Amino acid sequence: MKVGLFIPCYVDQFYPQVAIASLELLESAGVDVDYPLKQTCCGQPMANSGYQEYGEGPAALFRENFSEFDYVVCPSGSCTLHTKDHIYSGKENEPKVYELCEFLTDVLKIKELTADFPFKVGIHASCHGLRGLNLAKPSELMGVEFNKPKQLLEMVNGIELIELTRKDECCGFGGTFAVLEEAVSVGMGKDRIKDHEEHGVQVITGADMSCLMHLEGILRRDKSPIKVMHIAEILNAKVSKTQNQ
Amino acid sequence: MNSSKEAIIAAIKKNKPDLLPLPEHPEYPYEDNLIEQFQSSIKLNGGTARTGEGKAAIQTYLQENFTADKQVLSLVDGITGNFDVKNVQDPHELEHIEVAILEGDWGVVENAAIWLPEDKIAHRALPFIAQHLIVLLKIDKLLGNMHEVYQKINVADSGYGVFVAGPSKTADIEQSLIIGAHGPRSMVVFLME
Amino acid sequence: MKATPTHAAAAEEFLKDEERSHWHDDTLWHVRSKRDVAAQKIPEWESLRTTASQIKDNVLSNLDQLLLQFEKNAIENGIEVLWAKDADEHNQHVLRILEENQVKNLVKSKSILTEECGLNHFLEDKGYDVVDTDLGERIIQFNKQVPSHIVMPAIHLKKKEIGDIFHEHLGTDAGADDPAYLTEAARQHLRQKFIQAKAAITGVNFGIAETGGFVVCTNEGNADMGTHLADLHIACMGIEKLIPRAADLGVFLRLLARSATGQSITNYTSHFHRPRPGKKMYLILVDNGRTNQLGREDFRNSLKCIRCGACMNTCPIYRRSSGFSYGSTVPGPIGSILSPGMDLKKHSSLPFASTLCGSCTDVCPVKINIHEQLYKWRQVITKEGPSQPSKKWAMRFGGNVMSKPKLFDMMGNLARKSLSISPRGFVYNSFNAWGKHRELPEVPKESFKEWYRKNRKQ
Repeated sequence: MKVGLFIPCYVDQFYPQVAIASLELLESAGVDVDYPLKQTCCGQPMANSGYQEYGEGPAALFRENFSEFDYVVCPSGSCTLHTKDHIYSGKENEPKVYELCEFLTDVLKIKELTADFPFKVGIHASCHGLRGLNLAKPSELMGVEFNKPKQLLEMVNGIELIELTRKDECCGFGGTFAVLEEAVSVGMGKDRIKDHEEHGVQVITGADMSCLMHLEGILRRDKSPIKVMHIAEILNAKVSKTQNQ
Repeated sequence: MNSSKEAIIAAIKKNKPDLLPLPEHPEYPYEDNLIEQFQSSIKLNGGTARTGEGKAAIQTYLQENFTADKQVLSLVDGITGNFDVKNVQDPHELEHIEVAILEGDWGVVENAAIWLPEDKIAHRALPFIAQHLIVLLKIDKLLGNMHEVYQKINVADSGYGVFVAGPSKTADIEQSLIIGAHGPRSMVVFLME
Repeated sequence: MKATPTHAAAAEEFLKDEERSHWHDDTLWHVRSKRDVAAQKIPEWESLRTTASQIKDNVLSNLDQLLLQFEKNAIENGIEVLWAKDADEHNQHVLRILEENQVKNLVKSKSILTEECGLNHFLEDKGYDVVDTDLGERIIQFNKQVPSHIVMPAIHLKKKEIGDIFHEHLGTDAGADDPAYLTEAARQHLRQKFIQAKAAITGVNFGIAETGGFVVCTNEGNADMGTHLADLHIACMGIEKLIPRAADLGVFLRLLARSATGQSITNYTSHFHRPRPGKKMYLILVDNGRTNQLGREDFRNSLKCIRCGACMNTCPIYRRSSGFSYGSTVPGPIGSILSPGMDLKKHSSLPFASTLCGSCTDVCPVKINIHEQLYKWRQVITKEGPSQPSKKWAMRFGGNVMSKPKLFDMMGNLARKSLSISPRGFVYNSFNAWGKHRELPEVPKESFKEWYRKNRKQ
């Protein structure tokens, strides 16, 4: 099983620690993982802005970069969804694309982790992972509850997962929406943060760094003590109690 | 004048996709605790349902809740009112009906909808124009859900038929539920053997 | 005529009143929560949605035959059926009916179609007294507004404001804002209107092809109060509102009210098949752009909509920006995929008024893939809509950079370096919408790729 790690462009540039954590998680699970160096972006920013055709170049490069792999794993629900919907067509000879959490739960079937993270953590359910990839049961749909990111976080020692009032409302990032509809976007972000704040969350986590980047932007501007961390960082965390105190 | 019809039909023919199949009618039989289920459903709609009583209870209810100077119109055998609907030609004459007593054909427990076809209400306006509504429903006429009731009734049999599931209500002012928007200010269902 | 402001501009305006925006959001979220509770009680909920969607698939693929069957049966029932290509023809039909029957005052129950056609203004200009009888609609009619929500037309108003409106128009006590008191005042006022009206106009929730009848749903009973007292009933129906069989109502009625407000059913579900003896019943079948939408493969199933409004209640953008920010008769997510089909230029900002979160798609009782259609409208608008050269250039530039790994690495490096050395005032300027209320990410020393080269590829 050859796994190619796809790191979204903005994670590569601004959040290398998320990529490192993702890589280390896969390596420590004994996966044969490689990171093709010629990768850039899946083309989602162009496509979601209505310029799908300008995403064709990045898409072709993507296919070339990952043609040798059985699986593509990516620590972003949104980029994974775009890749599945617009880069591949679900054919037999294509690599299978997985978001990191679902790869851990569904393919590797991880049952335990060695991570320690003694903090109060709130999960931000990013929409594309939630409703596009079914990482959890969205609150709109009826049926049996499941939640893959939560299932993994529950394996972390010392963690306290906090229930929210609106467990899966959008944070308002939405790619270029964040700047085109700045007022609504920031309003939505502030409301999400308030929900975490009111429940005593110390760290907001999720499977999409883009949403967290938006929330972090507001938190830092407002000088909030709440931190954001990608779920890979927590699943790979080695924080002891003493560091917490 | 029919040119619009032809234009619309032609445009549909040109633009519609290939025929897709019509699914079978779904069946989700439901038969648990029909009476309790009906009672809890109508409560959510703003009405009430009483059980374990005979027609005498309706008569008592009328005496206790409506003074003799109010117009009482009963279409149920064995319940006497003081307003004779036979003489009514124009529904406007029903304007001052205080309470109407009707018998429903079927009751659906999932939502407390009671089927009232035209021949059970004398005038289409009656269940709406009355200030209060009392409906008698036989317990063996209770059905689980809407799929079941549409198997029992033929909606085209009468020129008009209505599912009434509670009193007239609105929540158009700040989502505050208010009973008695235009029609009945209360609805009481008597479930009987 | 003033140009329609973009959704973003109108939303920003609404959000300036932070307290009202939060109140609006909370109110609609509460409705969404009630919907969840109602749906949870139905074990077969998801399969009902699938069945409803399939029935509507059949309807859209057989609409011509079903309409002809519907018309034939309706005529046999004694209903006069009229066809209207567009809003104007619809309005002319109504006018002619009123003239022929010498009716001057009429009552109306809720019909989004007549809003779409601008019927009220059309008739008022001709001297008719048109009284909206749904409480919410009467409030906004007094206030000279259009509905901000298709199910809860006055959801944008607070009871204090409604109290003031009623004080002015109905003479209620100044400052009185108790909803029960205000509703009673409206009841007394509208009862007189019902008693006096000679004609009643209603919308149609469902037309039944096999029986030639139609169904109207209300909670207030206003459609029935109007139609059963008036001499003529004019029902206005979009051609897509058809269902093949009466028993299909079992599926749709179980979904409609639960999706709309969390009720198990509306308190009145009226089935009209024949006029009262000696009275008249008219049914106007309206196209007004629907057949065009049917021809757009990517967008045709927007015509499945049963107007429950669930997508509005769940939409985080609608809740925070209110219905008026959309500038279209049907606002919110479903409006954002219907309206561009009516007027692409006017409504070109609507498909971008979304994060594509997908909540609308998952609450939709007929499973319209709303967020996917928003994405597809974006692709159409960048080609056929108003041109946006700078955005287009930026996207093409981005696509180019992302196609060339070395260029991407270089640009990334450059961006991070310049961000880390630029003075704050240079980065956070008025052109940086991100930075108005948000910090940019802190710039790391090296990219992951640089780290990987050093630590794994030696």
